[in-house]
Amino acid sequence: MTEQTPSRTGRHEAGAPERDTTRPDGSDAGGTRTAWQRLARAGRPRPTKANVLATVLALGLGFAIAAQVRQTSIEGLEDLREDELIRILDSVDQDGNRLAQEIQELQQSRDRLQNDSTSLSEARGAAQQRLDSLGILAGTVPAKGPGIVITINDPKNAVTAPLLLDTLQELRDAGAEAIEINGIRVVVNTYFTDGEGGIAVSGKDVSAPYVITAIGDAQTLASAMQIPGGVTNSVRSLGGEAVIDTQESVTVSALQTVSEPQYARPVPSPSSS
Amino acid sequence: MIPALGLVAGIVVGVLLQPEVPIWLQPYLPIAVVAALDAVFGAVRAVLDGIFNDKVFVISFLSNVVVAAFIVFLGDQLGVGSQLSTGVVVVLGVRIFSNVASIRRHLFSA
Repeated sequence: MTEQTPSRTGRHEAGAPERDTTRPDGSDAGGTRTAWQRLARAGRPRPTKANVLATVLALGLGFAIAAQVRQTSIEGLEDLREDELIRILDSVDQDGNRLAQEIQELQQSRDRLQNDSTSLSEARGAAQQRLDSLGILAGTVPAKGPGIVITINDPKNAVTAPLLLDTLQELRDAGAEAIEINGIRVVVNTYFTDGEGGIAVSGKDVSAPYVITAIGDAQTLASAMQIPGGVTNSVRSLGGEAVIDTQESVTVSALQTVSEPQYARPVPSPSSS
Repeated sequence: MIPALGLVAGIVVGVLLQPEVPIWLQPYLPIAVVAALDAVFGAVRAVLDGIFNDKVFVISFLSNVVVAAFIVFLGDQLGVGSQLSTGVVVVLGVRIFSNVASIRRHLFSA
């Protein structure tokens, strides 16, 4: 930079002692007016080469200012100093760690919930299975599956309750899982008695022909009925006839209501106490 | 007046064109702008002092810009670019303030 010179042209870079600060108060108004006049005179368009050059420079300066302002506003991290970058990196790291921790916690709770729901549905499935098997055993739900239908014709009215009971035992021995006789579900407390007009199953009178539907392995059940000395033989010896029909799918639709036990109470199992 | 219009026109053109500052110019442009501003304020003050000279303005403008850019370049080469940039900006800022103070005294007697 140029020195502060006493010459007429030396005042452009004026970091220097300011000569005009000590103007007498009396000349203030006049000084101000002349200053404005000077400014106006200097501002008057003069087609000199230097003026054109100055205009070009000013144009360039304005362009540069606009470009730089825009550059500053669009540029991201590239212009930052090292310590600022380190600070930003640190905060980003911390954010990342915090978010990773959050992800982990959320994943854990998600896994926990999934496990919960899985075990819940497993428990529900097991309970449903148990309910189904108990329902089939107790006769509270209809059952369907392969099995046989035995029709016992008894024209001489000679079939007795023990024969039906034997038939039932034979079927159970052969693995029958659900049985009904003439629309009466045979369950654990079914009993047979000889009544006056025929046979009573659990107190309900039934009469020939006796139709027994049993679900189980059809072949096993059929052969169990037909063994020598078995049901078929016995019925034939009584003058009746037992027709055994093996089917792919039979339905045991008769239901039995389960009554609340009046006297029996479950004994708590030792493991649950 | 015409140079002032040129400044405004330059800003308008820059805003409209939205130029991309080249990479090699990026470290120097801010300092150069500040140096040019210093030259402009010095010129206004010289006008008010009655000692303005077009040629001096042009030369001081260009030399200010070149020297400021050169200082930054040198600082970058020496590894003290950011500190030297700060120093240049401080010095130019002080000069701009003193120029503006002088202009203010001329125009408003205050």
